[in-house]
Amino acid sequence: MIAYPPRRSRVHEAFGPAAVSFALWTAAQIGADVFWVREGWRPERLNPPGFGGFDPSRLILAQTKDQTDTLAVAEEALRDGAVPFVVLELTAPISLTAGRRLQLAARAGTTTGLCLIPEGMGCNAAETRWHCAPVFDAQDSTRQCWSLKKNKSGTNGAWHVRWDPETHRVTVVSPVRE
Amino acid sequence: MFDGTRRRIVSLWFPRFASDRVLRARPVDGPFVLTLQQNNANRIYCLNEPARARGLYRGMPFSDARAFCPNLSSRPADLHADQRFLGLLRRWAVRWCPWVGFEGADGLVLDITGSAHLFGGEAAMITAMRARLARAGLSVRIGCGDTRGAAWARAHHGEEAVLETLPVEALRLDPDTVMALQRMGLRSIGQLAESPRAPLARRFGPELLLRLDQAFGTRPEQITPEAEPPCYAVRMTFPDPIGLVDDVMAGTERLLERLCGKLADHQAGARVLCLTLRLVDGGVQDVELRLARALRDAARILPLFQRGVAEVNAGFGIDQIRLEALQVEPLPPEQVTHVSTRDPGRLDDLITRIGARIGLENVLRFLPADSHIPERSFSIAPAAFSKPEAGWACLRPRPVLIFSPEPIAATGPRPPRRFRWRRMALTTGRASGPERICPEWWLVDDAWQSGLRDYWQVETLEGRRLWMFYTPQNPGWFVQGEFA
Repeated sequence: MIAYPPRRSRVHEAFGPAAVSFALWTAAQIGADVFWVREGWRPERLNPPGFGGFDPSRLILAQTKDQTDTLAVAEEALRDGAVPFVVLELTAPISLTAGRRLQLAARAGTTTGLCLIPEGMGCNAAETRWHCAPVFDAQDSTRQCWSLKKNKSGTNGAWHVRWDPETHRVTVVSPVRE
Repeated sequence: MFDGTRRRIVSLWFPRFASDRVLRARPVDGPFVLTLQQNNANRIYCLNEPARARGLYRGMPFSDARAFCPNLSSRPADLHADQRFLGLLRRWAVRWCPWVGFEGADGLVLDITGSAHLFGGEAAMITAMRARLARAGLSVRIGCGDTRGAAWARAHHGEEAVLETLPVEALRLDPDTVMALQRMGLRSIGQLAESPRAPLARRFGPELLLRLDQAFGTRPEQITPEAEPPCYAVRMTFPDPIGLVDDVMAGTERLLERLCGKLADHQAGARVLCLTLRLVDGGVQDVELRLARALRDAARILPLFQRGVAEVNAGFGIDQIRLEALQVEPLPPEQVTHVSTRDPGRLDDLITRIGARIGLENVLRFLPADSHIPERSFSIAPAAFSKPEAGWACLRPRPVLIFSPEPIAATGPRPPRRFRWRRMALTTGRASGPERICPEWWLVDDAWQSGLRDYWQVETLEGRRLWMFYTPQNPGWFVQGEFA
């Protein structure tokens, strides 16, 4: 799988129904603490007992009141570098300026940023953009399809992956036969 | 003049302390009492002079008092406020001498040895005390003597009296002892002092003779001065008003160094700091800083003030800045170790800066909780006030996202073959379950009114993996979460 795990000092994007598990699996694989920024009003809530391979005590959650605060908090956290992996959930498209500011902040703090975006609201400043969707498999209940929709430094592609609980890693598997 | 051998003690007794305190703030003409609920009855706790003249007394039931005196005005007593007020008076009394202690709930005791001449002698000092307290609206009786016992006796039973002529109550004895002494015919302190000691000690125990000796000074009695609480506030006044952010920050830096020195002396760290900027035109601007953990390191606190100071509108200039630690926590020195390479302070600083923008209570951390109910199997606490905890073992599969239950159209105890959820047509490919979870009957929860829940992990052919439940006692199907 190319461009995975996401490059450090850059901000990436993920969308699709499995974007949250993309963020958690990535955090578990690179072994990083996570700073998670989301708006407090959203009805879905993270459920730490279901995090699987990621230890919930390594996550710090910031609840903001709107997207402006989300961006400001994420920029602060990215620039500071105290937490190596910053996840921000966006609800509206962000401008190129805002995306670029996040990139500069990530570079200043040598941190990795990941925006979880609604579909079709990507920002051109993103380094990579992933579409993540779960895939039905009769034997395996962690199988997902991750497709790289945008890559600034390489080609795109699509992979079927599963979470390996023994090695705490994402493993690429061959697609299921229809 | 003080000759270096004799101690001089002054005892202040405020006979109507509680009612004087209340009447200072809201004067009332005519009889006034404070009431207190004691032993299941509302009784008079303290009363003013007109009320006493009408024949009311302390401990009288309040309903009786109202019958005696229909125009009686009253308020409930506030013992904590009384105690605070006495603390303020104690601080005031330090102006006379440095050695001031409490005497019960309505008195002060001052050791004026060696300080009376500063006020023109003992008599002039007591006159001045009386005048100042009268101006403050407090009735006071002042007793002066060589010992604490003698001063107390004069304050309570005659200010100019000779100690021997005072009644035995003046020895701070309990009422039963006083009653027994009076039955024996020992009415005054002089009579008591002349009578043989051994039978008295046998009859009343050591307490009586201790008090007698303390009154005459043959046994010592100390005055315990209260420790001054440390004041974590510093300020700086400028000859010319300043307005630039850099200037204010430079002033703040100097104040912080002084404040952190003070905090270090007391092994404390500040949790909440307030920088007050006084403007030339009399206005005041506050910059509050809430820290994610107790700190006393000026170099680390200073950059955290940058954002707040930059937002201040300085107007025509700032001529005084004041820095106060509003909330202080103990912070003992920590041993420096070479083992840990991660700096935990860096994360705390980040939380502080982010907390300054969105509120420290919105930066959260998950903690495990002991409950089978999915919504209560974890708790959320502010990261600044909690430590990470282990113990996240979960035996059953749990979804990564949960939301409030969303009903779907289905019947029967088995998961439906086809269903619609969020405008999506889904087909069940594999379902594992049920996992039955009972509501916690000891807690009232409206969401669990429908009773038992049978949870199923439903994997759809379209890919989505849902956490659904069926309520057998109140048939219905709901989706509550989504798996990774």
